[in-house]
Amino acid sequence: MVVRAKVAGIDSPEALASALRGAYYLADDGLATAAYLALALGKPLLLEGAPGVGKTEAAKAISGVLGRRLIRLQCYEGIDAAAALYEWNYPRQMLAIRQAGDKPVDIYGDEFLIERPMLQALRAPDSAVLLLDEIDRSDHEFEALLLEFLSDFTISIPERGTLSARERPVVILTSNRTRELHEALRRRCVYHFISYPAPEREAQIIMLRASGVAEDTARAVVAAVGRLRREPLTKPPGIAEAVDWAEAATVLAKGGASWPDAFKRSIGVAIKDEEDHAHISPRLDAIITGAAA
Amino acid sequence: MTRTILPGAIRPFVAFAALLRANGFAVAPEQTTAFLSAITVLGPRSLDDIRRAAHATLAPPAERREEFDALFDAHFLGSVELAREAAEPDTEELRVQEDRRGGFEPPASDDINEAGQAATAAEALSTRRFAPADEADTLRRFQRALPVHLPQRRGYRRLRARRGSGLDLRRAMQEMIRNDGEIFRLPRLRRKPRRRAILLIIDVSGSMKARTDAHLRFAHALVRAADRVEVFTIGTRLTRVTRALKLRNREQALGAASGLVSDWDGGTRIGDALQAFLAVPRFAGTARGAVVLILSDGLERGDPKAMTEAVRRLAARAWHLSWMTPLAADPGFRPETAALKSILPVVDALADGSSTQRLCHHVLTLAQAGAPYPSLSPSSFVMGRGSG
Repeated sequence: MVVRAKVAGIDSPEALASALRGAYYLADDGLATAAYLALALGKPLLLEGAPGVGKTEAAKAISGVLGRRLIRLQCYEGIDAAAALYEWNYPRQMLAIRQAGDKPVDIYGDEFLIERPMLQALRAPDSAVLLLDEIDRSDHEFEALLLEFLSDFTISIPERGTLSARERPVVILTSNRTRELHEALRRRCVYHFISYPAPEREAQIIMLRASGVAEDTARAVVAAVGRLRREPLTKPPGIAEAVDWAEAATVLAKGGASWPDAFKRSIGVAIKDEEDHAHISPRLDAIITGAAA
Repeated sequence: MTRTILPGAIRPFVAFAALLRANGFAVAPEQTTAFLSAITVLGPRSLDDIRRAAHATLAPPAERREEFDALFDAHFLGSVELAREAAEPDTEELRVQEDRRGGFEPPASDDINEAGQAATAAEALSTRRFAPADEADTLRRFQRALPVHLPQRRGYRRLRARRGSGLDLRRAMQEMIRNDGEIFRLPRLRRKPRRRAILLIIDVSGSMKARTDAHLRFAHALVRAADRVEVFTIGTRLTRVTRALKLRNREQALGAASGLVSDWDGGTRIGDALQAFLAVPRFAGTARGAVVLILSDGLERGDPKAMTEAVRRLAARAWHLSWMTPLAADPGFRPETAALKSILPVVDALADGSSTQRLCHHVLTLAQAGAPYPSLSPSSFVMGRGSG
């Protein structure tokens, strides 16, 4: 195992946390430690948590801090090697064969290879961060493919042989926990479960993300969102929804609406499911006035 | 890296990994190595560093985080013996399954219920041993027949096939190279069918007492025979028992599953339990596109409106939802209760769940349920949405 205590000038979890703050991302101690360990140990970072707690944002912030480009692979059911690793450009290969006539032609050159995200990251390990987003959506076959990639960072292309990374690329995986991931995948990674932030931190996040929002508004939104998350909702509001709600209410209040009314009218940005809406609407007034107090 | 530390210094950390294993956490050797490297990298400057390193590298499942922390505290702050005492032996399957994030309070008479649980478990074991021979035989035949009879959906992955809608350019290219740039036959891709997932929800309340054991045996057969099955029990609580039922030995599996369920023979709050199920995205996702079977008499103690609403939402996700009640064995049975009447328009089938044979037969004929379910026996009648 290659251990590098210092990565891109970052030598401790605290240094990473403050760098992330510079990229407008507030990481708690657990996340900062896990991310720092992933970088130092050269292991992939697996982030799990409910939708909307900022998993993808964390990956973006980390790539920003490292000054590397983010290569994102959105997983879906049925995703396969051709979409994740590489594909040959078959029409071009055929044209090349026809044009060449009797002359020999190498149709497995780089100009015919279409690099997909995982191969891109493998070939540029020092200038890219690979984000495998929502791996719980992919199926078991793809997870097996990932295992191979994440353990030794090689990709075998039958026509070309095995390609391996010069150094271990930074890989971040996210999962919404819609299904349990394979144990072997969790073992290979540094793991962190992101839960909803504490009210104090969430208020800070809102003010950091939406600069026009006053502190009182942020606190009221955090309190209301906290209450909403305790309800049995299909889609509990995430951090992004809290930020949007605070911004929307601020906009409406500037337009002349009174505060509780501004919150109530902009509920659509926080609760985005008709059934959740029906469930919550009788008590919405109480929740908002309780939160504003 | 770790060699720079004296062996004596790493001993407590390796011992912690061993302690976790003894308590049913899966810890691989490479995770222990990563844990040690992480501690080296971090300094460590405080116990919190060690704790965070443990979280990050040993990856305890989120629902067992508290237990993990308790073990951590016991190991690094207190006595190890205490932790070993607290841990019950051989309960990995049990603990993992314990999932009570349903979010509703336990029944008021909790003490009585606990006692009842013990009694039921003992009773269940005794009846299980004398499970009727023909039932065991039915289940055996069911397990053999199920894989080919399960309803299917089109897979998302394209695989090579002799006939199909997509062109396999990769193979076409290979064939052209082999034949000097000519192609004689176009290779094809096809989306192969895949078996649908099954979601089984078993009512374990008092009114279903006589059937609960048989239902669990049926669930075990289902879990053993099909690859994507989820089993939950509902009563006053929602319990996921899938992992316990995955044990090969039927008696062991049922024993493990019974240990998880704490609301045997209690009241019925089907609506609340189903809504709790829908409120956990990880659970609710298992219903999407699945064959959903609810084994319950539908005698709802709570508000029938909550139950109707929950069943409607469940039916909207499911490919096919069958409500199987033992009461339907009576030829004169008609849904009379408000709850059952109100769910009739949304369920695909209200069928006879009075015996294991009927259950097996129903599941095996579901694949043809695109057309309304063939009423092979006068005692099973069906009404519903028609196609699934």
